Amino acid sequence: MFRLRRDADEATVEVEVDGRTVLVPANASAAAAVLVAGLDSIRETAVGGAPRGPYCLMGVCFDCLAEIDGVPNRQSCMVPVRAGMRIRRQRRGRAVQPNEH
Amino acid sequence: MRRFDAIVIGGGLVGSAVAYGMARERLRVALVDEGDAAFRASRGNFGLVWVQSKGRGAPHYQRWTRLSAEEWPKLAADLGERTGIDVGLEQPGGLQLCLGEDEFAARREMMEQMRREAGNFGFDYRMIPRDELAGMLPGLGPEVAGASWTPYDGHASPLNLLHALHRGIADKGGAYLPNSTIANAAAAPDDFRIVAGGDEIAAPKIVLAAGLGNAALAPLFGLSAPVRPQRGQILVTERARQVWPMPLGSLRQTREGSIMLGSSEEDVGFDTGQRLEVMRNIARRAVRSFPFIAGLQIVRAWAALRVMPPDGLPIYDQSERYPGAFTANCHSGVTLAAAHANAFAPMVVAGALDPSLDLFSARRFDVPAAA
Amino acid sequence: MSTDVAVIGAGPAGMAAATLAAELGLRTVLIDEQDEPGGQIYRAVERASRGSPLGRDYLAGQALAAELRAARVEYRSGATVWHIDPAGAVSLAERDGAADTVEAARIVLATGAIERPMPLPGWTLPGVMTAGGAQILLKTAGLVPAGRTVLAGQGPLLYLVASQLARAGAPPELILNTAPHANYHAAARRLPRALWPGRRALWKGAAMIREILRAGIRVRREVTGLRALGRDRLARVAWDGGDIAADHLLLHDGVIPNVQITLALQLAHEWDEAQLCWRPVVDAWGRTSLPNIFVAGDGGGIQGAEAAALMGRLAALAIAAELGRFDEAECDRRAAPLRRALARERGVRPFLDALYRPAALAPAEDDVIVCRCEEIAAGQIRRAAQLGAQGPNQLKAFTRCGMGPCQGRLCAPTVCALIAEAHGKPLAAVPPFRPRAPYKPITVGTLAESNTLIAKS
Repeated sequence: MFRLRRDADEATVEVEVDGRTVLVPANASAAAAVLVAGLDSIRETAVGGAPRGPYCLMGVCFDCLAEIDGVPNRQSCMVPVRAGMRIRRQRRGRAVQPNEH
Repeated sequence: MRRFDAIVIGGGLVGSAVAYGMARERLRVALVDEGDAAFRASRGNFGLVWVQSKGRGAPHYQRWTRLSAEEWPKLAADLGERTGIDVGLEQPGGLQLCLGEDEFAARREMMEQMRREAGNFGFDYRMIPRDELAGMLPGLGPEVAGASWTPYDGHASPLNLLHALHRGIADKGGAYLPNSTIANAAAAPDDFRIVAGGDEIAAPKIVLAAGLGNAALAPLFGLSAPVRPQRGQILVTERARQVWPMPLGSLRQTREGSIMLGSSEEDVGFDTGQRLEVMRNIARRAVRSFPFIAGLQIVRAWAALRVMPPDGLPIYDQSERYPGAFTANCHSGVTLAAAHANAFAPMVVAGALDPSLDLFSARRFDVPAAA
Repeated sequence: MSTDVAVIGAGPAGMAAATLAAELGLRTVLIDEQDEPGGQIYRAVERASRGSPLGRDYLAGQALAAELRAARVEYRSGATVWHIDPAGAVSLAERDGAADTVEAARIVLATGAIERPMPLPGWTLPGVMTAGGAQILLKTAGLVPAGRTVLAGQGPLLYLVASQLARAGAPPELILNTAPHANYHAAARRLPRALWPGRRALWKGAAMIREILRAGIRVRREVTGLRALGRDRLARVAWDGGDIAADHLLLHDGVIPNVQITLALQLAHEWDEAQLCWRPVVDAWGRTSLPNIFVAGDGGGIQGAEAAALMGRLAALAIAAELGRFDEAECDRRAAPLRRALARERGVRPFLDALYRPAALAPAEDDVIVCRCEEIAAGQIRRAAQLGAQGPNQLKAFTRCGMGPCQGRLCAPTVCALIAEAHGKPLAAVPPFRPRAPYKPITVGTLAESNTLIAKS
């Protein structure tokens, strides 16, 4: 769990993380929103189903993959939040909607 | 100087399959290989065990491929038992998609020709029209007119196969000599000595399976292997839940869920660079086949060089000048792995290639001699 | 679009290179995947206030960002480079998936550094992240870890992040410094020559340590046997001789150049034994083995933010001369003060390199995950190396290591170290990974619609 530091002067927006509504700093990434929401992990690995959370926060490790606004496997640390964003756990491999495109 | 029963030059899919087959027959095999930065068609492979497009105009190639497809389950089981590695073989049949009616008609003609040429050996296929195909393959794009299907096709994990073969060779007491380019070679009937990577090794049998390297090596042993590089590029998507019941020729979903997209052919010499235009064309054809693919992320891609004989058919040969020297060359190292391990290798052990492989000899390229 | 210079990366090297190139009259495009300039070291610096817990050195980046904004640079933020054609075409993808190509006469790669991976038992547990990652959360969104935080490892960010978190009101409980005894000896031998050129850095370092001790943060040195324990998330941190309950473990083992693109382009690289990393071979202006491609900043070898800006400017000068803005003599004249400043910056480097040498490059335990993407453990890699794999590219075939989306960024140093260990070879003798395009994932749709005017590869 991450929290705002004391003396932080950050505007906030409301986003949804795994169904929970959370207030996060407006300049946070979706990965940061996950941490503010108090989630330990945001994905389960494709091979072993192990829980993983954001690790490097700079787009290198790909451990922060989440489903964001319906699009799976996005590097959540590279996506800035916007009001109303829906961030969901990435469970193993992505689903494919063959008849939607 | 180290002595072995057989030397195999080339640690890729062809070399390791042959070496494994010989090791299984209790020969002490030395497998000579290059280092980390070699061309290695085996690493760039698509993974198909593909039968339906092999040997138009050359029914002996179709028969050899079918033999390999039939032997494949035995090889997979044997490797699984011996090494614990699952090579991921699935043989549910295969589909080759046709975009547009012209492609469909041309494909039908090809399948018909294959059946005619097969004669009593038989060639079972179906042309599946679009409506039926759409029921089998969700998300099929509107341009797909249909597909050809045969029951013989399938796929496997080429990397697991290579790993399993190497482990199997080690398990059977084979010696693996990497980082070894051939510095010196001396050939005499049933007596071959090479200096590779600073080591001198000798054996009464030698098999050249060095892929593109065979072209230069073959003449040293009284053989000919006029192979040339042909570049192919592949794109691989993020992992997805399983979406197709069988491989689709230029689209294939692995067991892990990644979807591999091909195929391409370029004549660019020994260049393993990636050309964007080719990648784009692969992507475009995939999206035309299944529009939903547009939303999948490509997480990696590569280019690799196929080992291409002049007519595309394998070259199998034994040296007349230096009995005991053999060569194997092909661009279908996965499909033919079972034939190489279970049929070709025993022939080498026995000392002579079966007459059924005569048509694969490089003598077929000596046009004046054949005339 | 077509331009004189394309600069990749908006950290100090990239900002300085782009700004000077534009000032010298070159058409300049700056491409960066973040939405704001600063790279990682100056991430979100434009928004930082004067009393920021991140400190004065961080705020110094505001000047670079301001100069960039004032310069006539076409700044493409939020754009990810996924392919570079050595002939000069840069393919990029915007956040919404739109594809674009920038053709440039010269390319400056300023992709900076990444943290050295630090595989240890339990490092993949949620609750474990890099020290740099925690610093990024503080920089970009004013966030600090709640609960008990442990910092572990060694290198430039260890005490720095501890002091920054302390100032932000979230001091870590404990710092576990893994730098081995030998580091201090080796650093001490280099201290005399570093004293004058590095006086500011050394003074700041000492002040930081004082600050940490004053904040009541305990420090243990020469720590071995580090491991993270927990079931679905971190619960405890243990080491030889102790353990502690923890909610967050921040790891740091130094920084290494981000060579993903330079390796993909197959530029000449050399092994840096002092910094234990691969880096592209560059001349005094940043020229690589390809005449139209330059490297500036930490991407060419770790030298720090100030040196990065200087190298960015040197590259801009060299390019300006090559493109006819002035002659070589004038170029040398303008470069002289930059070179003097660079020499000063480099004076402390041998000391820091000795101090910041990682204890080990590969985990001893076989069950530690090395490839996080594909979940491959050290033991599997050791066995594959023993089977004969001579390098990471061959090993990739046997283990899938390096096939995940990070394309070896997080596992390459460890994999190479394991191969070196298995074969009894020096690290310099194990070749690096060969990454390929796309350097970062792009959708099939983006590729299908990409602009490919350039016909050659």
